[in-house]
Amino acid sequence: MDEPQVYARLTQIFEDVFDEDSIQLTSELTAKDVDGWDSLAHIRLILTIERAFKVKFSTSEIGKLQNVGELVALIKARA
Amino acid sequence: MNALYSELQWLPRAPQEFTERLKNLAHSDDPPGRALKALALHALDLNQLTKLAKAIETARTKACAGGKSLDPLAPFRLAVLSNSTIDLIVPALVASAARHGISLEVVQPSYDQVAQEALTPDSKVNSSKPDAVLFALDFRALPLKLSPGDAEASSAVVQGAIGYLQALRGGIESNSNAVCIFQTFAPPPETHFGSLDRALPGTLRNLIEGVNREMAEFVLGSGDVLLDVAALAETVGLANWHNPQLWNMAKFSFSDEFIPLYADHVARTIAAIRGKSAKVLILDLDNTVWGGVIGDDGLEGIKIAQGDARGEAHLAVQRLALDLRQRGIVLAVSSKNTDEVAREPFEKHPEMLLKLEHIAVFQANWNDKATNIQAIAEELSLGLDAMVFLDDNPVERGLVRKLLPQVLVPELPEEPAYYARTLAAAGYFEAVSFAAEDLQRAGFYQDNAKRASLQRQVGGVDAYLASLDMTITFQPFDATGRARIVQLINKSNQYNLTTRRYTDPEVAEMENDPDVFTLQVRLSDIFGDNGMISVVVCRLGGAEAWEIDTWLMSCRVLGRKVEHMVLGEILRHARAAGIRKLYGTYRPSGRNKLVVDHYARLGFTKLDEDGLGLTRWEFFIDGAEPETAPMKAVSQGFAAVGEKARA
Repeated sequence: MDEPQVYARLTQIFEDVFDEDSIQLTSELTAKDVDGWDSLAHIRLILTIERAFKVKFSTSEIGKLQNVGELVALIKARA
Repeated sequence: MNALYSELQWLPRAPQEFTERLKNLAHSDDPPGRALKALALHALDLNQLTKLAKAIETARTKACAGGKSLDPLAPFRLAVLSNSTIDLIVPALVASAARHGISLEVVQPSYDQVAQEALTPDSKVNSSKPDAVLFALDFRALPLKLSPGDAEASSAVVQGAIGYLQALRGGIESNSNAVCIFQTFAPPPETHFGSLDRALPGTLRNLIEGVNREMAEFVLGSGDVLLDVAALAETVGLANWHNPQLWNMAKFSFSDEFIPLYADHVARTIAAIRGKSAKVLILDLDNTVWGGVIGDDGLEGIKIAQGDARGEAHLAVQRLALDLRQRGIVLAVSSKNTDEVAREPFEKHPEMLLKLEHIAVFQANWNDKATNIQAIAEELSLGLDAMVFLDDNPVERGLVRKLLPQVLVPELPEEPAYYARTLAAAGYFEAVSFAAEDLQRAGFYQDNAKRASLQRQVGGVDAYLASLDMTITFQPFDATGRARIVQLINKSNQYNLTTRRYTDPEVAEMENDPDVFTLQVRLSDIFGDNGMISVVVCRLGGAEAWEIDTWLMSCRVLGRKVEHMVLGEILRHARAAGIRKLYGTYRPSGRNKLVVDHYARLGFTKLDEDGLGLTRWEFFIDGAEPETAPMKAVSQGFAAVGEKARA
């Protein structure tokens, strides 16, 4: 799966998780930029991503994530 | 098979436009209760449940402000006390409750404040005056000190845990008098010694088992309610249920994969407290109660015997139905069959577990099933929301869901071996108590029930048929279709006007006979391809006339006006061939009473009738316009007009 495909699927997932259909995903996007992206929504996001891409992340990987770019890199490394 | 549980496979899949329908709801002025329940009646994942819960909260706030309710959803306030993170579970509870007819408001105190909330009179929980308090505790909430091999210490630990739970209950009882719902504890999969844990006092597994047993006893004796989470976890597997990573990261007491399942179990328990559990199981017969079609396969042909894999699957359905009846669930039958044909297996088949005396209302006729189910409900004087309808046919299920949305209709998998398990997993008959009168109930309804009369038809069948998005395809007989044509000609009994049987070579001959007009008919719909479902053979019979030698149809597509479409197709080709008149014959075979009025319904005129019930009919083609049905028609493979006749 190449980067544009990952972004496309991720956009759907973000829309689904945050119930918001105007999210523009960029690699610099962080939790601060999205309404409702608190620690619990973050877990729901990660769980949805794991299921959608059929991947599993380690606790430390999840803890280290700083922005969407890092998330995409992590997915690409696994999927 | 875990997907049955984790994906709630007894519910239909969520529609593509789920989010859109939710959004439209927010802008609509209609009372939203019914629409919210309709959306909740799908298998929803955690994100969909979260969205639905948000819509329910919004609708409730709006309704409250206007002094209205979320009718037909009944209000219920539930306080949840937990030692784990339940923030993702709460929305799932709200959405799943709507599925069970409840408008649920959840009171959620701060994380891990179980004892404080239960015991303090003016705590958030107690001052909210909840209808029920759910103690959503897992084993980590209990002081379970291990004491391997020490029976005395082990018993003291169990008593300590029970004492703690009873103290919580006492607090709620005296401070808000709400019903308490206690969960059994799912043991973790990790063992201490191994198999010995089961037997040895003081191991974690042994302690948890002791707590569960004692708790079940005090709950049953006190009027409180038990939610058997341990059984749920065992059903899906303890190693799947417990997720150590999620516990470490976020204090989830079980895997997120099972939040929809858990929430549905909480919701069905609340519905049971409110008396909303189903009371009647309505059974389809062919391919549900037995394997095969009684009208076609006959008493010897249906599969119901022990030792036959297919038969045992259907016996399991019968056994489950009988077990339900024993605890007071009323059984009824709705089958598209001639009445006496449908009753035959009950009366004569030695392997049938279900007998006529177990069935309170027996509806075997050719009406649509929505009409029949309504008649059953009226006959029993019970609401449609008390009815569960079990049918292997997705089209029948779709029709009933569409026309009677209150009726509970489980989806069924392809494999009949899983029918009984799927019905049981849906939990329609959840009960929170059991009394002696429950044992009598099925018999009570039975005494009062008599065969319901079915004059009225449920409206909207045409609209439903249109929604099936059917395509009917007409072709002349050909080599590709021959095997199935021969099979239908030799197997169909019920929808068969003349019951003439032909061999493979005879059918092959018709393909090239210029004096014979043939049709093989296929039907597809949104549920998939039904394959070949009708066969017609017309022979040149006198000047400018066709004699309809054979007309048969699979009963699976009954009630869809396929026969009207077939007549239209015959007329089209007849006109092109210069034919002006059709002759039809009904030959009674003992199995085809279903079609005694076939030609009358299609507008043929009766010519004569002999002493044995054989009738002859004619139809003038000029100017005739048969009724059409909402489906797309495709003709392929026909020679240009008259070509075959000239050949």
